[in-house]
Amino acid sequence: MKDNNDQSYTRREFITRSAKASLSIAAVTATGYLLHDSDGPARQQNIEGITHLPDYRVSPISGKNLSIVSGTDRIKTVNHGLQLLGGIDHFIKEGDIVGIKPNIGFASPSLLGATSDPDLVGELIRLCYQVGKASKVLVFDNPINDPAACFQLSGIEAVCRKAGAQPILPRDHYFGRLTLDKAKLIRDWPVFLQPLSRINKLIGIAPVKHHHRSGASMSIKNWYGLLGGRRNIFHQDIHTIIGELAMMVRPTLVILDGTRVMATNGPTGGALSDLRQANTMIVGSDPVSVDSFGCSLLGLKPDDLPFLGKAERLGAGILDFQSLKPLYGKVS
Amino acid sequence: MRIVTTRRISQLFFFLLFLWFCIVSTPGNRFHQFDGWVVNWFLQLDPLVGIATLLSTHTLYGWLGWGLFSLIATILFGRFFCGWLCPFGTLHQAFSFVVYRKATVKKRLELNSYRPLQRSKYILLCVFLTLAAFPGESGILITGLLDPIPLFSRTVNLVLLPIVDSDIGLTSVNQRWYESSMLIGVVFLIFVLLNCLVPRFFCRFLCPTGALFGLFARLSIFRFGKEQEQCSDCKRCEQFCEGGCSPSTSIKTGECLLCCNCIDPCKDAIFDYRAQPFPTIPEKHIDLSRRGFTLSLVTGLISAPALNLSNRSGQNFNPNLIRPPGSIDETSFLKRCIRCDQCIRICPTNVLQAADLSFGLTELWTPRLNNRIGSSGCQLNCVACSQICPTAAIRPLGLAEKLGKNEFSQYGPIRIGTAFFDRGRCLPWAMDTPCIVCEENCPVSPKAIHLTEHYKNVRNGYHQVKRIDKNHIQLTKGALLPSQYGSGDYFCLIGDQRYPIFTNDQATITIDGPLLNVKQARQITIQVRLQQPAMDIKQCIGCGICEHECPVSGLKAVRVTAEGETRSGGKRLLLQS
Repeated sequence: MKDNNDQSYTRREFITRSAKASLSIAAVTATGYLLHDSDGPARQQNIEGITHLPDYRVSPISGKNLSIVSGTDRIKTVNHGLQLLGGIDHFIKEGDIVGIKPNIGFASPSLLGATSDPDLVGELIRLCYQVGKASKVLVFDNPINDPAACFQLSGIEAVCRKAGAQPILPRDHYFGRLTLDKAKLIRDWPVFLQPLSRINKLIGIAPVKHHHRSGASMSIKNWYGLLGGRRNIFHQDIHTIIGELAMMVRPTLVILDGTRVMATNGPTGGALSDLRQANTMIVGSDPVSVDSFGCSLLGLKPDDLPFLGKAERLGAGILDFQSLKPLYGKVS
Repeated sequence: MRIVTTRRISQLFFFLLFLWFCIVSTPGNRFHQFDGWVVNWFLQLDPLVGIATLLSTHTLYGWLGWGLFSLIATILFGRFFCGWLCPFGTLHQAFSFVVYRKATVKKRLELNSYRPLQRSKYILLCVFLTLAAFPGESGILITGLLDPIPLFSRTVNLVLLPIVDSDIGLTSVNQRWYESSMLIGVVFLIFVLLNCLVPRFFCRFLCPTGALFGLFARLSIFRFGKEQEQCSDCKRCEQFCEGGCSPSTSIKTGECLLCCNCIDPCKDAIFDYRAQPFPTIPEKHIDLSRRGFTLSLVTGLISAPALNLSNRSGQNFNPNLIRPPGSIDETSFLKRCIRCDQCIRICPTNVLQAADLSFGLTELWTPRLNNRIGSSGCQLNCVACSQICPTAAIRPLGLAEKLGKNEFSQYGPIRIGTAFFDRGRCLPWAMDTPCIVCEENCPVSPKAIHLTEHYKNVRNGYHQVKRIDKNHIQLTKGALLPSQYGSGDYFCLIGDQRYPIFTNDQATITIDGPLLNVKQARQITIQVRLQQPAMDIKQCIGCGICEHECPVSGLKAVRVTAEGETRSGGKRLLLQS
């Protein structure tokens, strides 16, 4: 009996089948050769990202670096303080896109003083639009507690809506990597770049608060809210990180609100008894000098806060605020 | 307009309304947020929620009376809920429509004929209600596992919305996470795919709410029937019958979903829906059989104490089962919670999670806090979960009551647990590293976390001194890493005097400020200033913000467990609180 296979195996078929088989073998071999990886995955590479943030500074009018105004009404004191430095229109010009960075870290009502005063923030938004003729004002922070709740409970979201500023809540993709020149800690670290890259002026508004780890939370510590990621590991070297924050952010203005300071239980507070009336508003463009005066409201000396010295040595500002000849004012 | 078209519009409307209520269950006061929307309306309209909690608690809480409205409407008109309103039923109907769109007439008749197994849902209902009605601490409400409205709410809110919305951001700024979504999703998927065996499988065989409606629909005044006994027996009326109620012979009114699909196909046009009796043979109802009823009753009566044998609400409570603030004691909680997971949906921080099977079958999908998920523990000034709970398993709280202020100051704040330090994992306790993020974030005043300052000699911190030059200390060996001690937390101990270190290089330590009265020293010790955290359990409310913020990101160095929660005296820690 004839074998069917033998019978059907013509030369043509043999060649076709051999050709198909050899092409397949070649394809498989080539795939293996081209895609072979003898080393395995490399050590994790750091994404380096950008090396600095935009510089938002405006040179102050000579002799008008820092103003310290006493009074109980924040709206009056901040307006007077800004007047002493030449008015907000010296800093904010027509068409500017202004970023305002209040402290909105905690989901607590503004009455308890853990966050920036909403009326003060509202007044600054108004001044930027009406006097400075800004084209847009963004208000942003990366809070510790739930962002939506923080913006809402602190009253800042409502004030933004009323005054026509855009509140920007942190979203994961709003953060980009920053490796700050000369920095030890801010290396390959996520920073709230989405608003920071849209603005050309930056105003920080911070309350004066007691803080166990660093001594005090004021206008430089306020920049902590621009960091993303697992930023609380920086608490292991708190003074260095605050010093580097001063170097990272070059603001147009900072407003340090010492009207009611949080004297105990900071930085969260939680009771009215944690607050103390200090009736002082500090306005300046150098956060280091602003904070070195501000700490006196908590009964501290600049020497008690190593981060101030570190910030100065990193070239972020001037520690001896007296040398700047602060302009004092008082409103009733 | 044909009645069938009207029904479809109604189904679509309530389906979309249901989805809309899921979307707006987002804290906030904007149009697409929580304020002003009756997001619990479907749950309240579901009579199984009302009846089952009525049996377990002997009260009808809040707006659960809507369920009685559904029952009354059913007594008048039949199962309008199942055929015209239920969003889960609509989903099954739509899915079945797609699956069987090409089925032959013969196949359809087979699929939509009455099956004796439709009895099974009544048996399930009987078991569930027996469990709920069981007196004492063994009584337990588990209707929510199969109750269609909680089941579908849970699925949309914890599985479908977080997937769809992750890039849109309508319901939350950032991605919402739910640790037990997979099981919820799989159960949902199984129920949907079962439609491939029989159309509306869930509705016909499993739905306990449908069974409850079925019992009441037997009494209905208005019902479907046939004008005359004799017909051409074409059976076309059964082709699209949603309930499988056998209209061709004698309609089983308890199974009729009022889908109206029998009216138009009928050659003889003999179907009508009316209050007057029909001349035809009396409708046969499903025979629940004495045996089936007895068996399910006995099953329930045995299961209730059997489920309680785990001692879950007693000494063997699970310490990781941290209930949201306002939750009532565990036994009563499990008699009320319908696992609708509305609390989990509304939670602004995403800390509330549906418990998975590891917490036990009776706890499945009930709310618990997982402080490692979400944006920040349990927020101090928030009572959202307690306000949304449709059955008061979480009692409605005001802020004053939660925080123990004003008229509630005599009771103190609501505690949901207590945070415990794991000193073996805590950086300042075990690793000589400054940290205290937990203390910083503790939201109560005065803070529950307090600090003890402690100066500790660092490892290899003894150094021989070569000479002292103003505020520079030269060491004999250059063994240091540059600026190793420059963070502001390190000190130099000379004799019994401590000096803050400004910075160092390999062999020199620079002191911050002048070195008073020290000209000569042989050896120095380097110390680190540590602030070591401790918990004042009189202040701790168990909010878990410390646990959330703890930089030891895996197994946290401070963790909240249920001890100390105020809802039950059995877990208290202190003699006097």
